[in-house]
Amino acid sequence: MTDVRIDETRTSERAPRIGESAPRPDGIPKVDGSFTFSSDLWHDRMLWGGTLRSPHPSARIRSIDIGPAVAVTGVHAVLTAADVPGNPAYGLEHADQPVLAADVVRYEGEPVAIVAADHPEAVRLALEAIVVDYESTVPLVDPGAAESSDPIHPDGNLIRRIHLRHGDQDVVGEVVVEGTYEVGMQDQAFLGPESGLAVPAEDGGVDLFIATQWLHVDRDQVAACLGLAPELVRLTLAGVGGAFGAREDLSLHAHLCLLALHTRRPVKMVYSREESFHGHVHRHPARMWYRHHADRAGNLLRVEARLLLDGGAYASSSGAVIANATCFAAGPYRIPSADIEGVVVRTNNPPCGAMRGFGAVQTCIGHEAQMDRLAAALDMDPVELRMRNVLASGDRLLTGQVITGTAPVAEVLRTCADHPSAAALSEDPMSLPGGAGRTADPEHVHRGEAIALGFKNLLFSEGFDDFSSALCRLEDGIATITCACAEVGQGFVTLAQQITREVLGVDDVVLTPASTATVGSAGSTSASRQTWMSGGAVQAACEEVRTTLLTRVAAEHGVDPDELVMADGRVMSLAGALDIDLASVTTEPVEADVEFHHAPTSPLDEYGQGDAHVSFAFSAHRAIVDVDRDLGLVKVVELTTSQDVGRVLNPLQAVGQLEGGAAQGVGLAVMEEVQVLDGRIRNASFTDYLVPTALDMPPVEIAALIEEPEPGAPFGAKGIGEPPSISSTAAVVAAIRAATDLELAHVPVRPTDIALAGA
Amino acid sequence: MEAMSVTFARTVDDACAALAEHPGALLLAGGTDLMVGVNRGQVRFADVVVLDRVDELRGWRREGDEIVLGAGLTYAEMGRGELPALVPALAQASRTVGSPQIRNAGTLGGNVATSSPAGDTLPVLAALDATIDLRSAQGARRLAIGEFVTGVKQNALEPGELIEAVRVPVLDGPQEFLKVGTRNAMVISVVSLALVVDRSGRNVRVGLGSVSPVPLRPADAEAHIAGCIDWDTGSAPDAAAVHRFAALVAGAARPIDDHRGTAAYRSHAVGVLARRALLRAFPGGAS
Amino acid sequence: MSADPYVLRVNGNDHQVPDAHLGESLLWVLRERLGLPGSKNACEEGECGSCSVQIDGELVCSCLVLAAAAVGREVTTIEGLAPDGELADVQRAFVEAGAVQCGFCTPGLLMAVDTLLDELSDDGSVPDDLTVREAISGNLCRCTGYGRILEAVSIAADIRRGESRGDLA
Repeated sequence: MTDVRIDETRTSERAPRIGESAPRPDGIPKVDGSFTFSSDLWHDRMLWGGTLRSPHPSARIRSIDIGPAVAVTGVHAVLTAADVPGNPAYGLEHADQPVLAADVVRYEGEPVAIVAADHPEAVRLALEAIVVDYESTVPLVDPGAAESSDPIHPDGNLIRRIHLRHGDQDVVGEVVVEGTYEVGMQDQAFLGPESGLAVPAEDGGVDLFIATQWLHVDRDQVAACLGLAPELVRLTLAGVGGAFGAREDLSLHAHLCLLALHTRRPVKMVYSREESFHGHVHRHPARMWYRHHADRAGNLLRVEARLLLDGGAYASSSGAVIANATCFAAGPYRIPSADIEGVVVRTNNPPCGAMRGFGAVQTCIGHEAQMDRLAAALDMDPVELRMRNVLASGDRLLTGQVITGTAPVAEVLRTCADHPSAAALSEDPMSLPGGAGRTADPEHVHRGEAIALGFKNLLFSEGFDDFSSALCRLEDGIATITCACAEVGQGFVTLAQQITREVLGVDDVVLTPASTATVGSAGSTSASRQTWMSGGAVQAACEEVRTTLLTRVAAEHGVDPDELVMADGRVMSLAGALDIDLASVTTEPVEADVEFHHAPTSPLDEYGQGDAHVSFAFSAHRAIVDVDRDLGLVKVVELTTSQDVGRVLNPLQAVGQLEGGAAQGVGLAVMEEVQVLDGRIRNASFTDYLVPTALDMPPVEIAALIEEPEPGAPFGAKGIGEPPSISSTAAVVAAIRAATDLELAHVPVRPTDIALAGA
Repeated sequence: MEAMSVTFARTVDDACAALAEHPGALLLAGGTDLMVGVNRGQVRFADVVVLDRVDELRGWRREGDEIVLGAGLTYAEMGRGELPALVPALAQASRTVGSPQIRNAGTLGGNVATSSPAGDTLPVLAALDATIDLRSAQGARRLAIGEFVTGVKQNALEPGELIEAVRVPVLDGPQEFLKVGTRNAMVISVVSLALVVDRSGRNVRVGLGSVSPVPLRPADAEAHIAGCIDWDTGSAPDAAAVHRFAALVAGAARPIDDHRGTAAYRSHAVGVLARRALLRAFPGGAS
Repeated sequence: MSADPYVLRVNGNDHQVPDAHLGESLLWVLRERLGLPGSKNACEEGECGSCSVQIDGELVCSCLVLAAAAVGREVTTIEGLAPDGELADVQRAFVEAGAVQCGFCTPGLLMAVDTLLDELSDDGSVPDDLTVREAISGNLCRCTGYGRILEAVSIAADIRRGESRGDLA
């Protein structure tokens, strides 16, 4: 036992059901400052941990001398690779990333040693005192050269190649357009830095309190590295300060446990912002070549593409990211023929992996630029061209898979395009490009407008057995839900209560802390999957409890269970003869423990064909931008969006996802890029990695939430987290192109790309 | 290890005495630059002299045609009251510094003492021919801003010395400060420019930021444009004159490539800023 | 390594700070020594606003305040925004409007909005959109895109104006 307390999430006083704007149950602790984020954890006799990182993107380690660090006052442990008792490496798809580098470092910032001491200053002094003798080697930094270069890792430099071929390969269009596009490395830039607290346990195990997206997959990786049985490593979710994909991989998890087990003291570690930039994966930078073929009428005939993603030093989830990029490379359009090659390689650049949109963001930038190019070549309205080609239910994807669920793409596009704009031209310099810098006057501003359409898969793909587990216990009229779903801000806690209330007709719903110790895996909070998967698990658990209870009550009262309903904290018969207080029939608890699986999928074959995905969600964005062409500065004036959501379960949270996702899209369009030079990050800080402020983000107009219930999804709801980040960037960049008449191949669009174009 | 000390100075003399006693002491005003290094463990110290309670440093006063700005004036304070009317470019520059939080804490003296090429008030002070009043236990001295800032984050401040005040003239004429950043707020300058018009002196003075190790005065551009303005009527310079002015400003810049921008972009942008600032100061001119 | 003990006045209470390291920021001392972790640590260089507190009524980043230099100041943190245990108007508005997602930026934003509304309540004026956006431009939020936050500010401004009118009447 430990005295670290992760609070239950209590029901709110109002108890709205499905479809209503229930307020977050964790809202009050989050506004009064009492909510415990992972960096807020504290324990008596706790030590502080720290990490020594490689200053080189590529080097051999000749020797490490920890002696001077051990001698620093207040230091309790200095550990290196030699101290890792179990698997020396971990990874989501391949265990290729060392817990601590032993003989080679493959990226700048790779962990080499860890320290525990009684004060952060002692940790810093100890880290400075460790002597590492590196032999710096020439880093492999060009992804284009990765396959032809000497392997920088025993697993080789090719992480995955998918060569998708679909339909007649000899098709040539009457109109052919070609383009090359480049997307920079984006950082998730969650605000709560990596942090956690490990507490050694009496049984030789360890309790880790951590901010993550998937407790159980972390647990399995950490246990393997520690050489412990999984049940001896217990992970409990601490408050998560945003995630967006950056918490899918391990960061400090194993390090904290190693230090705690070694010192037999609780150890806390909190990354600095600079460290955070080195400590998690980023969105893959992409180089993309496209050739689109169409007939004169604007019907798409064939798409060819070559996609190259830079995976950085370790595989992370690169294999799944390139699969998404490849499968969705051409956008939500009906295309009979395709040749798409997707490649992700290993380099000595920072490791890349999951970020909101997961491969579909990069390709949306490419395919939407191509659609605008094609529209120009055909002298056709860009919306009309898209409308002519949009996917619908029953159509076939490039993977050969037929869409059996909903695909209201035409409606998404039409509602977004038709929505009236409220954007006026401002006179206040603060709202012009350049903002507070007062650089523009209204006469310097050129306005541009454009629309983009995007889509991606929901849930995990390619045959992965994806499931979520939930426990429901109904006792004394109070429902208690236990699910290991990671709440990272998206509002699952709200939804789990809404679902429980809806099914069981109760107001009081308690959510126990998410932990590996109490329940099976909920899977990852990613891939827009938790509403469907953990929502589905909660729904199924509640339904099982309802069935059990109603069967029992029906037997006791000699009525047909189908005649009974649960509502307003009571069990009632439809005929009205029976009306019992729920609490009185649940003094003996009713429980259910379920595992919820989605429909199975298949792997992709050697041609990239197969029913690899479960479901798809579509979105459109229209962007209006003001551009100061002389200085290359951009102000995004307005975003309008429509999205295919299946069904809205909580309108307020839905709006929050659409606005927030769009903000990350705006950031990628005009300012967000991890700048890497010779394998080194040049802007690992919030001073120089810029994310939009309130003066950069425009109002987001929601034109329509298209509600066509998705078969198989709980309440018909599709996940809504990722689409807002997919089409938003493409729309903003297209609007800048419209304002400048420039091709703008690089995203984010930098001031110099506009101001010095043609120079 | 020696004992650590925190001195809360109440007067400039207090502060100078404390500095004399602890020559290595950290001189702390707003903390917005220094604490970044302290938090990273890059700045370590045993003694600190806290300046934010020195009333002499907090305000400003007018002495004839000169404004004496206390080194402890915050950016927020430079944007309030009568100061924006007297030294508009300084107020404009102050509003572009960091965030509201930073502007409430950061000080003019701190900006000068940090002597960063991207320091937002420095181009304004350069254009205004500001002078810096320095004090130590040994006495006082006054340096021109151009003498004070000697390199990237380097200056003429001696051990034991502090910045007491900054003196700027009250000029008859419009002033402009423009700053390019890749975000609409809370952003470090990629390039900045201050332009002040001195009608009685019949000159236009320009300070450039983030385009050289120290704030730059494009002397050729200033000389050129002063000769193109009809000072009796105040009429706007013609298109060719404006064009040449912008080209001379751009040509004076000595920028570098870094992660915030390229040298080529900075040279280009500073020319654009020069043109726009001049046309705001002389509206109705060539556009 | 420790400095002389000192006293910080936080949320109306005096707190002894013994055994501190002289280089500790106010943010660190609040969070790790005084048991007030509501102010958050997202960048520790004044570029995110998560650590915002009021010192003598002015909004500052507590990460850039040397704790030992805050002696004699009145520090107000998120924990002191509603001292009577009830939620303050801005706190209620944030929950109601959906301005909270992950919540990491929330305490800092609440301090910024509270400061803004305090300043405006002096003249009873209604903050326009740009004024609000500038006032919170030092507070990064990565989840919401600011839409619901702006809505919350508008709600809170209405509540506060209503209350001050009530006081007058």
